[in-house]
Amino acid sequence: MSNYKMHILVCGGTGCRASQSHEIVEVFKAELKAHNLENDAQVVTTGCFGFCEKGPIVKIIPDNTFYTQVTPSDCTEIVLEHILKGRKVNRLLYEDPKTQSHVEDSKHMDFYKKQLRIALRNCGFIDPENIHEYIARDGYAALGKVLSEMTASSAIDEIKKSGLRGRGGGGFPTGLKWEIASKFKSDQKYVVCNADEGDPGAFMDRSILEGDPHSVIEAMAICGYCIGATKGLVYIRAEYPLAITRLKIAIEQARNFGLLGNDIMGSGFSFDIELRYGAGAFVCGEETALIHSMEGKRGEPTVKPPYPAEKGYLGKPTNVNNVETFASIPVIILKGSEWFASIGTERSKGTKVFALAGKINNVGLIEVPMGITLREIIYEIGGGIKDGKKFKAVQTGGPSGGCLTEKHLDTPIDYDNLTAAGSMMGSGGMIVMDEDDCMVSVAKFYLDFSVEESCGKCSPCRIGNKRLHEMLEKITSGKGTVEDLDYLQNLSKVIKDTALCGLGQTSPNPVLSTLEHFYEEYLIHVKERRCPAGRCKELRLYSINPDLCTGCTACTKACPVGAIEGEKRQPHIIHEEKCIRCGACYAKCKFTAINVQ
Amino acid sequence: MNTFKLQDCQKTTIKNICASFKNDPGELINILHKTQGEFGYLPEDVQREVALNLNIPVAQVYGVVTFYSFFTMKPKGKHAISVCLGTACYVRGADKLVDELKEQLKIKVGEVTPDGKFSLDCLRCVGACGLAPVLLIGDKVYGRVDPEQITEILESYE
Repeated sequence: MSNYKMHILVCGGTGCRASQSHEIVEVFKAELKAHNLENDAQVVTTGCFGFCEKGPIVKIIPDNTFYTQVTPSDCTEIVLEHILKGRKVNRLLYEDPKTQSHVEDSKHMDFYKKQLRIALRNCGFIDPENIHEYIARDGYAALGKVLSEMTASSAIDEIKKSGLRGRGGGGFPTGLKWEIASKFKSDQKYVVCNADEGDPGAFMDRSILEGDPHSVIEAMAICGYCIGATKGLVYIRAEYPLAITRLKIAIEQARNFGLLGNDIMGSGFSFDIELRYGAGAFVCGEETALIHSMEGKRGEPTVKPPYPAEKGYLGKPTNVNNVETFASIPVIILKGSEWFASIGTERSKGTKVFALAGKINNVGLIEVPMGITLREIIYEIGGGIKDGKKFKAVQTGGPSGGCLTEKHLDTPIDYDNLTAAGSMMGSGGMIVMDEDDCMVSVAKFYLDFSVEESCGKCSPCRIGNKRLHEMLEKITSGKGTVEDLDYLQNLSKVIKDTALCGLGQTSPNPVLSTLEHFYEEYLIHVKERRCPAGRCKELRLYSINPDLCTGCTACTKACPVGAIEGEKRQPHIIHEEKCIRCGACYAKCKFTAINVQ
Repeated sequence: MNTFKLQDCQKTTIKNICASFKNDPGELINILHKTQGEFGYLPEDVQREVALNLNIPVAQVYGVVTFYSFFTMKPKGKHAISVCLGTACYVRGADKLVDELKEQLKIKVGEVTPDGKFSLDCLRCVGACGLAPVLLIGDKVYGRVDPEQITEILESYE
């Protein structure tokens, strides 16, 4: 075995792979070989570093040099300069936008300074396809500790005391969930990992599975020991091929090492894991729907109780937890519940992973202690709003969540504060919007999603959401009235109260929350028939700038309704009452003479 | 849609797939994944054959196929285009990409061009939000796509 002096870590997450990071790995390997450095430096494909905005990322260990937007052609220079001569390649270093100086050590980047990585502790650090690297980072030590030193009830107690709550959205205390499942007697119980990350714009579970699959496997085995289950199932989206591959490799390696299978570590405890694939249905994130889907049926939810802890997969007691929840377990066991409970706020302990996306400078995956403010996330970690625009809102909780606005910027983020603000923690998608985003359209976008994804079992969700969507369509096309706004609100409340499952009950949240925080914007849509953000196509006002118009008549020919008039070589005019706001003239004009309001 | 008639060898393929899952109806979704991987889509006759092997009603298979968006009963184009309509891509203008593609290909979302070359679909979040807006052609990911690049991208597929 070689003693490498340096490690070249290349991000192999989905985002960076889309920008040829696998090619970078190959070039690095070839370059090291060509310069006889194979025994000095090792190339490691890791999971996601989180800083997706500037991918592909290459990090050099031990000096934490953080190279951004690396292309395969940069590899030679990095090898020749950095690896061989120890000189950093300045042009590829991350440049701090505030000081415009290069940051040499990733620890000093604003993006990482405020982060605390627990669930993501190994992402971007180890090779997820190599169990040795996980073990070297105390991997499977927690499982060993539980099996050799702890009883099931003392391990459950430890999780309970840590205050860990479900990271999939609901926020149910994990220890309590395990305790309930442990109390039901059955010949067979199941541990299920919910990796059906359906929230559009969220990718933390995928990144954990791609970057650190063993942590989830270890935690599932611990859970199995605690509740008395010998079988684990991971329900994963078929849309995540890379995560599936890495999980399969990890399970196989764990089996070969005797960390899964019969009589693990000679303790007499047996546990094994199988994969089940989802096939693209948002509702399958709901635990009863997920269980039906695992049984090969339509993923429709059923009424609780009975809870899965009593009657779940194949009618047996089943404990369902989300990927991120599981990923936090081994650390809690090793470092103790007190340590974990010392992080966060009174009722929300530990850290939360967020997928930061939208109109923000540093798009990426972040993990922060609970209680951090939105301002810190957006302006410090996120580097502020793109193109210097004005912050408008941030949407959390995906299609089940709501918007947080300027007045929430200094609210500490935890489960309860987000719920009180009319949003929810959700799985951790955080979409930042600026002044160019129309909040009515955003609500419509989410409703569009909910309508498409409704399983159709209960009428409030199936029919109610469709009606809500029609209302919003009416408003964004300039046909809405003030009464419609009341109607929207009432119907939303009815759906909230009467839908069958968690997803149906929360689907009107985007409407309610935008109505609450952006009522003015709705009013302008219905009263003035105008979209202040200029996003609603049918509410745009087109006019011709007579100074720029050459009278070429291109727009007259393009207009499908004959709303444009004018003599040849004379400035034209648009008749507003005839205009259908299709934008054809705007697209055709070569002289940017058409103004859009 | 009943133009697709199964040949004996195709029936054997389905039989083998089902057998590899011990003909267990609980594995229906996994079986359909494999079957779609083999045939590209799941026409009626294929569904019938799966039902026959698993000894379950065709309606149950059809129910599952139509429930999940991953399964399709229509063949896709030679180059399947999918535009990500996750929230991150949406706020960065993915809807404009869809409009542009519809215009250039002269098809609606969910359709295939008459020559069978391209099909257009939308999907929810591939998780490459850092590259938004994103579109996929086959397995290739195009990030930070501007509507003006569409012509060039389409032309690169012969």
